[in-house]
This record gives sequence, C-alpha cells and structure tokens, in this order.
Amino acid sequence: MDLSIQRLAHQMLENNQDLENTVIIGLQPRGIFLSDRIVAALKSIVPQQKIQYGRLDITFYRDDVRNSLHIANTTDIPFSIEGKSVILIDDVLYTGRTIRAALDALLDFGRPAKVSLCVLIDRRFSRELPIQPDFAGKAIDTIITDKVKVNWKEKDEKDEVVLV
Amino acid sequence: MKLSTKHLLGIKDLQKEDIQLILSTAAQFKEVLQRPVKKVPSLRDITIVNLFYENSTRTRMSFELAERRLSADVLNFAASSSSAAKGETLLDTVNNILSMKVDLVVMRHSASGAPHFLAKHIPAAIVNAGDGINEHPTQALLDAFSMQERTGKIEGLKVAIIGDIMHSRVALSNMYLLKKMGAEITVVGPPTLIPKYLEQALGVRVTYNLQEALQWCDVANVLRIQLERQNQPLFSSLREYNLAYGIKQSVLDKLNKEIVIMHPGPINRGVELDSDVADGPHSIILNQVENGVAVRMAVLYLLAGRTNEN
Repeated sequence: MDLSIQRLAHQMLENNQDLENTVIIGLQPRGIFLSDRIVAALKSIVPQQKIQYGRLDITFYRDDVRNSLHIANTTDIPFSIEGKSVILIDDVLYTGRTIRAALDALLDFGRPAKVSLCVLIDRRFSRELPIQPDFAGKAIDTIITDKVKVNWKEKDEKDEVVLV
Repeated sequence: MKLSTKHLLGIKDLQKEDIQLILSTAAQFKEVLQRPVKKVPSLRDITIVNLFYENSTRTRMSFELAERRLSADVLNFAASSSSAAKGETLLDTVNNILSMKVDLVVMRHSASGAPHFLAKHIPAAIVNAGDGINEHPTQALLDAFSMQERTGKIEGLKVAIIGDIMHSRVALSNMYLLKKMGAEITVVGPPTLIPKYLEQALGVRVTYNLQEALQWCDVANVLRIQLERQNQPLFSSLREYNLAYGIKQSVLDKLNKEIVIMHPGPINRGVELDSDVADGPHSIILNQVENGVAVRMAVLYLLAGRTNEN
C-alpha cells in the first residue's frame, strides 16, 4: 500500500508541476486516511512547496435523504478553489455516486480550472455514472454484490484491502 | 444514528443522544452557512409548510431561511390572512394542506398542545415552533448551541433563567434541555411569575434574588415579559419590574466576574434588559439568531430522514 501511495504522489507531481495552483481535497470520512498519507508523501518529496489541503463532506449533497440518513462530518476548506486545479481523493471508486455528489459540493465553493480524481482502489465495471479516475492505485474487477473495504492503521489497526 | 422521534414536539420527548445529534449536525450546517454558496440540495424533494397561528418574526424567518438553504419547497401560512379567519378548524386546514402532498409541518399556535393534537391525527412530521406556554424546542436547541459555542460546554454549566418563567415556553424547553444535558439551573423572577412546585417538578433551584443568581451563574438567559399572556397584573408596573429584575450594566458591574447574556427576543428594552447590556460585549443575542438557522436546518434535515418510515 505504501508503494501505491508513493506512486500516486509522484504521478500527481508529474501532472501538476505547479503545486502553487493545485489544491488537494480529501473526501470524508474514509478518503481522508488516503489523502493524509498522500499529502505527507508529497511533503517529503517536495518539502519546499506549500501544499493546500482541505477536507470535504458530501453528506448534504447525497440524493437519498429519505431512504437513509447519513451523519455529517466536518468540511474544512480554508482557501479559495477559484481557478485552481483540484485533486479529489477517495479510497474506493465504485458506483461514482459519491464523486457526483462531491463535484456538486465542490462547485459551491467556487469555479476550479480543473478537477481530477485520485483513488486507491478502482472497482471497474461497477459504475452507475460516467466517472473515471485520473490516478488509481489499483484497479480490481468485482461483481456488484462484493464489498471492498480499505482498512487503515489509524482507524482499523492494519493497512489492508479486503473483499467481504 | 437517527432521532428517536418522528416529530419535534418538545424537548421533553427527546433523549440526550437526540440533542447531541442535533447539536453536532447543526455545527456542520453552520459551516455550510459560511460558504460562498450557502445552500445544499439535501431536501430537494421535501415540501414544508410553515403554519403560523401566532405572530412571529425571528422564528418564522429563521425556519423559512433554513428550509430554503436546504432546498426544500416552502409554503407559508399566516392565520390572520387565511380561511382560519372564516372559521375553518385547525384539523381541516391542515388536512387540506396535506392533500397537496406536504411532508413536514412547522407550526406555531397560541394553544399549548396544538402540535401534539395534530401529530395524533395527520401523517406528516411536525416541528413545534412554539405552542402557547408549553414548549419552544428549537429555541432551546439554539440556546444550547450558542452556550456551547461561547463557553465550550453544557454539562456542568451554571445557567440562570430570569424573568417571566410562568408564561415562557422558552424557559420550559430550556429547563428540560439543560437538565438532560447535565447543566445546573437557577430560576429567578418575582414570585408571581414563577410557578409553584417548580423546584419539585423539574429539579431546578428557585431564587427571588437577582444579584445572588447573577453572581452564581456563567450564563444569564433573560426572558421577555409576556404581557399578552398575562390576564391579570402580576407585578405593579414595568418600571418597578425593571428596578427589581431588569439587567443593567450597573448590576453587572457589581459582579466580580463576567457572565454571558442571552435573550430569545423580541427584547423589551428598558424592561427586562437595558440597551447597554443588550448591545454590550457579553451579549450573544445576535449569535443566537445566527445559530438559529443552522440548528433549524439540522432539525429539518434529521426529521426529513425519517419521512419514508411509517
């Protein structure tokens, strides 16, 4: 997993040479573990660069309020995203509905020049919306009834990707 | 996690966990209200009617703004300009409105228990926006949110509730809430404005000595004298009330500490609260109003999450 994270950080630098105009936004709740590590990796690769890093919660942008109530987490974007290149980070890309909501939420903060998506696990063939990652740690093929979970040391004691 | 209740009729029916859930959700909505676009699409397919049988400025505007910030569709009803003036009953009015497919009813009424009556007879979720002298739950929630925001805690906080306790639904909701959340409460006012047996019924301390209560408390929640609900004179004059129980800068100057001043509005300036205190640095009255929108968004959001259950 560490290797994948290092590789994702390097790929981001290749595509966004000017970190001045790049902002990184992790998605609450579980994308934050990945974005924390990617930001740490970026800091060790380019320590002289200032990295703008925020967190976004998309609970209020979901399209299923009546069916299941979700509890909101903190959103913290202490900078403007106007005209910036935004990299959204989440742990698993599955149906694409979370990212759809995240795009709506993001646009309420301003008009970014570009938005790209980084995930650790890309579950191909299970998309319900036309959304694809720009940076993916690993692509896996699963059937719709599978559940893929990324565990993190900070929360689940161990770094691992499990199929349940 | 979800609320243990389908309606918000009063703080009396809530669990401690419900109150915590509402307050933590309100904190997230407060952040939404700082964004460039202060609006989220959560309640896009929810229709809400504001049913006001009694006058209101703050509460009605605050609810309407909260509803619009959540992208709900909003209907407004004021009794004075409606068919209620022609003699239509409450239940008929509401059933007619509900037949237009309304999900949530926000209601204010001068009769205590009116929302509880409606809750028994209609399928929509009901939010009590003040019923007679019974409860005003969203006011108590926003008061708690504001106290927590200013002082960092509710548990163990010393709160003095001052003034017309007898006729105040804000006082009753505040007492229920603060009690559930572990705050200490002292109630202050002239004996004629404090119900008998309040100490025994709610476990709050009662005193008639304003100075002593102010010296004891961290937060003073000052209530409006509700002349419209007093059928007989309960004190000799407004001037005398102000002399004995009005909060003045000179009274605060005598304390050896600083206390937070709150008021649910509308203020009778120069009666229960003098202008220099109301507009002074320790007053969080306008923060209360600001927080009201976030707290009401939280209540509506959490109740809307239960509208598909029946």
